[in-house]
Amino acid sequence: MDFSASFLLVMPELVLTAAGLILLLAAAWGGDKAARGISIVASLVFFAVGLMLVPSLHTGVDGPDTLAFGGLLKIDTFALFAKALIYLAAIACLVVAPAFFNGPAAGEERGMRAEYPVLILFAALGMSIMVSANDFMTLYLGLELNSLASYVLASILRKDQRSAEAGLKYFVLGALASGILLYGMSLLYGFTGGTDFASVRAGLDGELSIGQLFGLIFVLSGLAFKIAAVPFHMWTPDVYEGAPTPVTMFFSTAPKVAAVALTARVVFEVFGGQVAAWQQIVMFTALASIVFGALGAIGQDNLKRLLAYSSINNIGFILLGLAVANAAGASAMLVYLFIYVVMSLGSFTALLMLRDEDGDLYETFADIRGLAVTRPVIAWMLLVQMFSLAGIPPLLGFYSKFVIFQATVEAGLVAFAAIAIAASVIGAFYYIKFIKVMFFDDAVDLVKGKSGSGHWVLLILTGVIVSPLGYLITGSLKDLTDKAAAALFVAV
Amino acid sequence: MDFPILTTMMLVPLAGAILCLITGGGAARVIALASTLATFALGVVLWVNYEIGGPQWQFQESLDLFDGFTYALGIDGISLLLIMLSVFLMPICILASWDAIQKRVGEYMSAFLFMEVLMIGTFAAQDLFLFYIFFEAGLIPMYLIIGVWGGDNRIYASYKFFLYTLIGSVLMLIAMFWMVATAGTSDIPTLMQYEFDTGAQTWLWLAFFASFAVKVPMWPFHTWLPDAHVQAPTAGSVILAGVLLKLGGYGFIRFSLPMFPDASADFAWFVFALSMVAVIYTSLVALVQEDMKKLIAYSSVAHMAIVTVGLFSFNVQGLEGAMLIMLSHGLVSGALFLCVGVIYDRLHTREIARYGGLSINMPYYALFFLLFTMASIGLPGTSGFVGEFLSLAGIYQTSSLVALICTTGIILGAAYMLYLYRRVAFGDQKNADAAAMGDIRPREWAMMVPIAAVVLWMGVYPESFLAPMRADIAVLDAQISAAAPASDAELAPGTPRDAAANAIEFDSSEGEH
Repeated sequence: MDFSASFLLVMPELVLTAAGLILLLAAAWGGDKAARGISIVASLVFFAVGLMLVPSLHTGVDGPDTLAFGGLLKIDTFALFAKALIYLAAIACLVVAPAFFNGPAAGEERGMRAEYPVLILFAALGMSIMVSANDFMTLYLGLELNSLASYVLASILRKDQRSAEAGLKYFVLGALASGILLYGMSLLYGFTGGTDFASVRAGLDGELSIGQLFGLIFVLSGLAFKIAAVPFHMWTPDVYEGAPTPVTMFFSTAPKVAAVALTARVVFEVFGGQVAAWQQIVMFTALASIVFGALGAIGQDNLKRLLAYSSINNIGFILLGLAVANAAGASAMLVYLFIYVVMSLGSFTALLMLRDEDGDLYETFADIRGLAVTRPVIAWMLLVQMFSLAGIPPLLGFYSKFVIFQATVEAGLVAFAAIAIAASVIGAFYYIKFIKVMFFDDAVDLVKGKSGSGHWVLLILTGVIVSPLGYLITGSLKDLTDKAAAALFVAV
Repeated sequence: MDFPILTTMMLVPLAGAILCLITGGGAARVIALASTLATFALGVVLWVNYEIGGPQWQFQESLDLFDGFTYALGIDGISLLLIMLSVFLMPICILASWDAIQKRVGEYMSAFLFMEVLMIGTFAAQDLFLFYIFFEAGLIPMYLIIGVWGGDNRIYASYKFFLYTLIGSVLMLIAMFWMVATAGTSDIPTLMQYEFDTGAQTWLWLAFFASFAVKVPMWPFHTWLPDAHVQAPTAGSVILAGVLLKLGGYGFIRFSLPMFPDASADFAWFVFALSMVAVIYTSLVALVQEDMKKLIAYSSVAHMAIVTVGLFSFNVQGLEGAMLIMLSHGLVSGALFLCVGVIYDRLHTREIARYGGLSINMPYYALFFLLFTMASIGLPGTSGFVGEFLSLAGIYQTSSLVALICTTGIILGAAYMLYLYRRVAFGDQKNADAAAMGDIRPREWAMMVPIAAVVLWMGVYPESFLAPMRADIAVLDAQISAAAPASDAELAPGTPRDAAANAIEFDSSEGEH
């Protein structure tokens, strides 16, 4: 494969890089006043880059043609699907940001910074590399690019103590996780003699040696940290609560997609010959995430913290699909990921709309009592999202659990599925608490702030997708994820 | 049938629900009434066009809209009658809420209309997963109805209702996945013919039982019911008792029995045991209740126990009886909740002791209340009698012990209902405010008269209701009778005598004296 073909394959990444650099210059010259303009340009870039993916996503690509730069990157349908999802989430996080930062009472330190869209661009670029990595070196490169941008994003409100704390916490623990991952990679390199996925896989053939097993476990632990799966989840609630809400929304969507896709690629392409070695690890992590995510959420009073636990819970279900260890499970996992992203965007958008006259956010249950009377549209949309997150039919969240459990049961893991689904009922408890507070309690009428039109569009759009109407797209969605999942299992 | 009448029956209330949500206020009441009446009219058309003795599944529709399952609808006689029950009760529920609900009327009416869509969908679904979706989705509107418009302790009741029912159903979903993976189809009629491995049937039966036993509800899974009933608004109780409880019985008759006949037979005595406890225990509990709604809620558990006993008696009488009790109980307990609602609207208390001597100042009310009380007891001539008689006749063929205990329950039923009626309608007018209440108004007449008419119709000429389902029950019976549990009533046929038993021995040789 010649070089130009490789460049053609990574065209989206090239465009993102160029756009990121140019917009960074614009931010430096234009200052924070240019923030809105830069946001708009960045969204358009994401949109354009997303469009580039459509033709190959439609036909489906896999096999040797998808390898770029001598096998450093692999741009198959799986990577394309993940990238499309990441870009969509990034656009949403750009759309909601200006209205959040530039509230009526926002001063110098609260206002939107021009670096915000640029950092999102670089983070998304890192994620693009992550999901198409075919070598541990590119994997780490993408991961760190994404992480570094994310650390800064978490503390972008410099004068806000909670934001600074979130950024620091995220950085320290993230660096630790990167270290663990790197250590695992070096072990694998030492015991197999390669960094590209194919040769590591070949080196892992047969009985695993102790060193190889340690490498595998360290790599999985590092990845589990990045996707916030139990027992490496402890940073999530603090970071989610402290980071500015649009950033939290970003954290709970795009990087999740990237890290989950990366994990799937690593377990299937690198450890694909050693399913027995990792399957039980993933199973444990999945069940533990479902249970701890649900139990941890019960006592929470802060809505962002609660959604952080909810994301841990959801990661559990996503890992359930991974634990099935076949194409059907991977496809179900991608369906779940898509629906999870939509539900997260919807619920965080709704949280972003809970503002007082000054534009400051309300974040606790006590503030949204009786919302159904005072702000019925927000309350109903939040109701739809919450029932959907709880997996109650006829909302689309049920379909996501449906495909996961179907794949699990068809693979013969019936007891495993039964335990997981019973644990999911615990989760329903705190989701319906939202409904209870908004619909059953007497109104306090605190939420009076106006919301931007971007918020309304996103709120209604995600609401419609999650509503029963969303089932009409399940046919084409499943086709797409089947293709994407199949690409993971094509030997190159 | 080309016209998709089942889909139309679901679209009409759905459109009404959306309209109610948008308009709100008083207009919502009219929209809700109009759309439920239109749905009822469609239901009548459905019944008239239903071909008795025709193909087993009629009005079938199928559209391949979704991934993983099909939008397939169709009904047999059993579904038809339960759909009719739902669409018949719905306009009455709207009327019952006409004045009682004053806050957030639009949302209330639309919750009820959504409920109607889901109930019709549950009874008409021909795809296993479609059934589950409709079955489970009912949690959302009911949770809101109890939580927003319920009584003082509504939050606790709504949580309990939601979580209790959810945990029952999720295990059924896992079983459904297993069934579909094994049988290779999610089509209900096909699955009803599929023979699952006997060992697997046990687990599948238990998983389905977890869901349906909570819905029915069977003792000891009934504890959510008194809470939910007491806290729900009147119309919510009517729908809960009238239709939602029937989902459990429908589940047994549609899934557990035909799909897992062997396991059903193995577990028959388990069901009998729970039902016998329920009949006696909940009847005794009902006897000491001070709250009218709670009393009727406990009586529901007792009546539904007779249903489960009839279902698992594995013969035609038992099955038909169980179906008729379900229909009759849907009407009668619904009507009893309406009767409570009528006086609750006036005095705002459900405490039995606050009333008394109502037959003096509310004679027509007392008349209707008496009729429904008698129907609940199972007086011949009312709908309650036919179902209970058939059901007990059915169980008597399987076990005389179960029949004996369940019949005792009927006697206890008479005790608590008559005791309730005496305290409310007869005796002295102890409370001045209760004595000053006016008799039922035209709107309340419009609620009571149709139910009373059907209760009498079903009691006097049950054939109208038996005919549509006779063939389906026969098919079901043929399918499960091979697995029927051993009966203690199989008498060995003796040789017939030569002469009548009372013939006097007569020796012709003695001649005349």
